[in-house]
Amino acid sequence: MKSLLNVTKLTKTYGNIKACNNITFELYPGQVLGIVGESGSGKSTLLNSIGNNLLIDSGEVIYVNQKNQVLNIKQIPESQHRKLTKTEWGFVRQNPRDGLRMNVTAGANIAERLLDVGVRHYGNIRQEAAYWLEQVEIDTNRMDDFPHTFSGGMQQRLQLARVLVTKPRLIFMDEPTGGLDVSVQARLLDLLRSLVRNLNLSVILVTHDLGVVRLLAHRLLVMKNGSIVESGLTDRVLDDPQHFYTQQLVSATLVP
Amino acid sequence: MFTANNTLNPPKTALSPDTLLYATGIHKRFTLHNQGGIKLPVLSDVSLEVKTEECVALTGVSGSGKSTLMKSLYGNYGIDAGEIWLKHNNHWVDLAQLQPHEVIEVRQKTIGYVSQFLRVIPRVPALDVAAEPLLELGCDTEVAYQKIKELFSRLNLPERLWQLSPTTFSGGEKQRVNLVRALAVDYPIFLLDEPTSALDAKNRQVVVELLTEKKQQGSALVGIFHDREVKETLSTRELVFQADQT
Amino acid sequence: MTQTKSTNNQPNASTESGFNFAYLDEQTKRSLRRAILKAVAIPGHQIPFSSREMPMSYGWGTGGIQVTASVIGKPDTLKVIDQGADDTTNAVNIRRFFAKVCGINTTEKTSEATLIQTRHRIPETPLKEGQTIVYQVPMPEPLFVIEPSRTEAAKMHALEEYGSMYVKLYEDITNFGHIATAYDYPVMVNERYLMKPSPIPRFDNPKMNNNPALQLFGAGREKRIYAVPPYTKVKSLDFQDYPFNIEKWDNKACKFCGSTDSYLDEVVTDNQGTRMWICSDTDYCHHQQKSGIDS
Repeated sequence: MKSLLNVTKLTKTYGNIKACNNITFELYPGQVLGIVGESGSGKSTLLNSIGNNLLIDSGEVIYVNQKNQVLNIKQIPESQHRKLTKTEWGFVRQNPRDGLRMNVTAGANIAERLLDVGVRHYGNIRQEAAYWLEQVEIDTNRMDDFPHTFSGGMQQRLQLARVLVTKPRLIFMDEPTGGLDVSVQARLLDLLRSLVRNLNLSVILVTHDLGVVRLLAHRLLVMKNGSIVESGLTDRVLDDPQHFYTQQLVSATLVP
Repeated sequence: MFTANNTLNPPKTALSPDTLLYATGIHKRFTLHNQGGIKLPVLSDVSLEVKTEECVALTGVSGSGKSTLMKSLYGNYGIDAGEIWLKHNNHWVDLAQLQPHEVIEVRQKTIGYVSQFLRVIPRVPALDVAAEPLLELGCDTEVAYQKIKELFSRLNLPERLWQLSPTTFSGGEKQRVNLVRALAVDYPIFLLDEPTSALDAKNRQVVVELLTEKKQQGSALVGIFHDREVKETLSTRELVFQADQT
Repeated sequence: MTQTKSTNNQPNASTESGFNFAYLDEQTKRSLRRAILKAVAIPGHQIPFSSREMPMSYGWGTGGIQVTASVIGKPDTLKVIDQGADDTTNAVNIRRFFAKVCGINTTEKTSEATLIQTRHRIPETPLKEGQTIVYQVPMPEPLFVIEPSRTEAAKMHALEEYGSMYVKLYEDITNFGHIATAYDYPVMVNERYLMKPSPIPRFDNPKMNNNPALQLFGAGREKRIYAVPPYTKVKSLDFQDYPFNIEKWDNKACKFCGSTDSYLDEVVTDNQGTRMWICSDTDYCHHQQKSGIDS
């Protein structure tokens, strides 16, 4: 199996602070990679260094695109990078306000990524939008409602629909279940799991919730102070943690 | 299918063509950083070879390392030394050397694991939970669900429960979902961690029948059986763990 | 713009003394012309310029006036309209201003003008080669409603990322069943740059396409100039299944000239709600009335 994304020795500093220190990992198609660690451990910086156009100090990010071209993400033109983020990649933010346009309808939120790639047929766009709303289990007659009338869980699912409409291959998620209550969280997790399987998605999932990664992630990176202190199969890392910090993290979890 | 280098080199010892699992020189100890870094040795130079149609029962008092070995054989625990050779897609692979994504593939196709616990997303119906391994292998949805329903019926899991999440099930019901999840797939190797601990006699008998079928189909079984009758019916050999083997 | 070299233009006897020709000093006019040339070279692309303080407040056409001042020459004949009318305050004042500081001829007739400054309309009488029309622009950035950051908007223009602009049209159709944007309707210029045509009714949008006249746009407060050279493709944004269309007045005709194909203003004439419809383009209306009488 060929990897989809290869990150090698990625380093990103803010002044004297090493937010990401020599990070190396690879991601395979159809797999979910969880990144856990406490606040300030560099998880989100890592996500933004890869998925957004955050400047890094050193290191390489290699992505193999749909056409099987090997792209050095930090060296491709900005236009190509932006295009990736609107087509083959998708971002799901912790706060739906950062990932959605709150002042346009749910349908328009999904439509935007299609409009970005040049679809100009209103009827077809509506159909696609309805299809993806169904996929994320939002009633299609909510299509013309504004996202602010949606519950937190629905807003997260709308973010997903918005991203999925261009059939992405790699999705970045930053605490997607953050503000959700437990039952809504379960629903989102279930949905994510079946979408990952049915659409062969690769996901980088940043969270501090070990319960979420256990159910969703195939592999796990544990970060502390900008470095990866432990990595491996999710259940191996959680059931047989080697590093001091990981043991602390696991033993501090209420329901592991 | 992956073709990492380590998959091409067979184990150094010449093995019988019937061997499916060959673990040798396994050492495992736990270092508890939170408790002053004390080291707990659990496995020391443990070896195990299992052939097709065999069932090895791991026996010994509690705390002797049976479960640790099981989890090591599944890659759930990382071992400190030793080799765990498995016949995967007709190639020998050493689980201890595989990359995480390769272990995932080995687990999908070669090793079935029945643990005592069932960890699932709360709202997912029992049917979906049990069908997941089949679906991940690319099995047709219709066929997969049919197979799961048959197994549920055989294990007398009431049909009204099939569409409910197992989180609300009793211990015995959960265990049956867990069994069906693993037994639906024809793995060459099954690891069974007390598979009948919460079952009544009738269902225990069904499990024994199902596992016997697997054995007859050529699978290799490794199990911890607290039930003497089950153990005696199924196992062809025993591997005895000493309480203090270090 | 029949004369481009205005350096030798000395104010004549009829002009206000103490001012340079066309009010602005020559250096300023040159810098403006450089911006205009650049704008013409990249149709639809906004060029920044150092907008000057004018003897009127922002929002009254300071951008248009500066563009007009930088291209006007002695032989020019100027027409100024506001919402199609030559006789409204804004139009009258700007026309008088240029008459005072240039001593040029002014006209109300579209066909006689070489230079037309406009607020919110394009004359009904088709423009000809050699004519220049200057639009007063309040807000030049079409992406402003979508992207408040100038830097980001510039990037979107550079990379031709205009998908989000269609979100607004999508919302229109969703809410009203048709594209409801009535004025300042965004267009693609020369199949490359997204442009705001200034707040002209969408009725006028098709007139911009392939127009023989030079079209210049000036935004004084926002300090931007852009242009559509003669015979340039200008396409209004739309969807394949919701094509662009212009306003129609079912069975209504101008009360004065009887025109049915010009842009009509609705006027309430009494407290009982009696209405009439009249041409917004006063020159066109006069012309129609006259030719009606003549025939």
